[in-house]
Amino acid sequence: MYLSTKGILAFVNELYSSKPTGKECDGMIYKVISKAEFKRFIDTLVLNNPSFGPRQVDSDIRGDAVYHFLPVTSFDDIAFDYTATASSAKHFFLPFREELSRFAFHGQDWNQHINYDTNPIVLIGLRPCDISALNILDDVLLNGHFPSPYYLGKRKNTFVIGMDHLPRPDCFCKSMNHHSVQTGFNLFCSDIGEEYYLSINSSKAFNFLKEFNTRDPHDEDNCRLVERRKLISNSFLSEVDVTALPSILDIEFDSPVWEKWGNKCLSCGTCAMVCPTCYCYSVEESFAIDLNGATRQKRLYSCNLVDFAVVAGGHNFRPKNGDRLKYRYYHQHRGFAENANQQICVGCNRCGRACLAGINPKDVINDLRMEKESCLTNVSLSPGRT
Amino acid sequence: MPDKRFVIPRQDINREAFAASIPDFNRRSEIMKTDMGYKCSITNIVRLTEQEKLFQLHILESREREIFRFRPGQFLMLELPGYGEVPISISSSCSNHEFLELCIRKAGHVTSALFNVEKGAYVAVRGPFGSSFPMDEMSGNNILLIAGGLGMAPLRSPLSWINEHRERFENVDVLYGVKEPSQLLFTYQFDEWEMINHIRLHTIVEHGTAEWNSRTGMITDLFNDITINPATTYAIVCGPPVMFKVVCSYLDKLGIPMNRMFVSLERRMHCGMGKCCRCMVGSTFTCVDGPVFDYWSVMNLKEAI
Repeated sequence: MYLSTKGILAFVNELYSSKPTGKECDGMIYKVISKAEFKRFIDTLVLNNPSFGPRQVDSDIRGDAVYHFLPVTSFDDIAFDYTATASSAKHFFLPFREELSRFAFHGQDWNQHINYDTNPIVLIGLRPCDISALNILDDVLLNGHFPSPYYLGKRKNTFVIGMDHLPRPDCFCKSMNHHSVQTGFNLFCSDIGEEYYLSINSSKAFNFLKEFNTRDPHDEDNCRLVERRKLISNSFLSEVDVTALPSILDIEFDSPVWEKWGNKCLSCGTCAMVCPTCYCYSVEESFAIDLNGATRQKRLYSCNLVDFAVVAGGHNFRPKNGDRLKYRYYHQHRGFAENANQQICVGCNRCGRACLAGINPKDVINDLRMEKESCLTNVSLSPGRT
Repeated sequence: MPDKRFVIPRQDINREAFAASIPDFNRRSEIMKTDMGYKCSITNIVRLTEQEKLFQLHILESREREIFRFRPGQFLMLELPGYGEVPISISSSCSNHEFLELCIRKAGHVTSALFNVEKGAYVAVRGPFGSSFPMDEMSGNNILLIAGGLGMAPLRSPLSWINEHRERFENVDVLYGVKEPSQLLFTYQFDEWEMINHIRLHTIVEHGTAEWNSRTGMITDLFNDITINPATTYAIVCGPPVMFKVVCSYLDKLGIPMNRMFVSLERRMHCGMGKCCRCMVGSTFTCVDGPVFDYWSVMNLKEAI
């Protein structure tokens, strides 16, 4: 028995968007492209635009490949079957160092110059959780009281091609409801065997694809898409119970759990650097070496660094490791007023994999929920290195 | 040679109309050059104490001077090119549209550099940012202003509002505590406040000197000097974090409702716009939702004071 195309798509959308996003996705067009034609499409795109895709850079101590988003020049450069990059794609939008403005001195006077220029780039192979992270950053940086033009320029000039994947064993995107994505990309590709099922979300992507052989999806394609999504959804091994987590965080503010995990924390800030949604920064200014100018730079910061909450006069509002770790979990899992108190963690577990002290969000949250076995097994006295 | 059909068109937000329009910091949700400061010249510098100076700024462009309107309690970001930006609360009266007065303590990298500049130097301000004291809501009541140390700087702006609309308020008491008599700020205005504006000023120092012939002790000792009617009193408290706890819990015990006590918090802000998250208290930003909070919010925010 076959359902109609529309019926199946409605079913799929209902199944995978249980949380209303408030954003329109009616403009989406669905096409199917063969893998050979897809290669031709990517090759053309990569040839004509500066493009970035996942490439293997190294392998870690257990022999797992380490991937990064790096410049690519052809389809063969891109590791489409990658798991997840070590560092997230946010750095194309929020670079580690970004010049905010520039001062030119002449005599006693000076002039300020601001430049929002960016060149268009193509980002290939973002995972649904990465795209969800970008949507969250959009909420935070563009919908607030003072939208960020720096971010807007980069976001508007980036062509995002998403791609679904089977999760790593430690991903918990499903618990955070970010294992599928409905918006925030130009083109999204789902692997359905011999072909890719394309969700086209922008006129740019549609115009490019007009030059290539695509066809409208049949009922079998839709069924294969549903099966693919079901497979992904059922492959999640890790689960974190985030029900009512914001209120639990409020209640457990003085919990000894924070001290316990805080004592393990090395305050290195790695988690914030690899996190796809951490956006806190510091601003610093420096003189040019000829003293004729100065630049104001924004530098991504981490709330786990010791001087994050220091005020003039030297008072530190969060002097202990545990305080700062707690603050990060507050931001990640309770959300702040700026983004309507929604959780900003997408569940990619990059922080857990990168942490030198072996602190894992799953363990911390389970611990906070006072789940007994987690308390007993997961906290060792010495930092476990991976 | 790139194929034009497959080149992604560039969207330059510099050229878009919204980026070119004049910055208006109090309007919300529009993209503007919020990083562009208003250029000011320093028209006067007054040394108040060994550690604090009062800087008088004049915004050069008349159009920008028109835009820059603030309410008592708001702050601005003061830019000293090459050194950095610091959040400074505005100490002058909000009806003074020509000059801004900033009371600055030599505390860090930027403020130390600022102490070396001379009259006529050019700096920039961005702002005003943040929330303000609800002066209209307070009208018709007794006002209790409690300042500790540098806390007098942000309180001078509401105090001048009160002075300008003195007939709207009943009794106004100012409790002002510092460590040593030499640290008292705005001493040249004390007589004016007391004689002309009929404000009852109570000062106290922790360590008195030989010349000091007024009270010695902690700021809470001043509560014995005054009578507070909790039903008709609004309190504004500003000072070091340790003072908030003591004073606010005392006022709470007296029976002043929590929503009638206002505190002005201090954090090291880097952007002033709720983006850098450096000034986060609990789940609110000091720069956007603060720096003026009522005591009820502060009580509920973790790590606020």
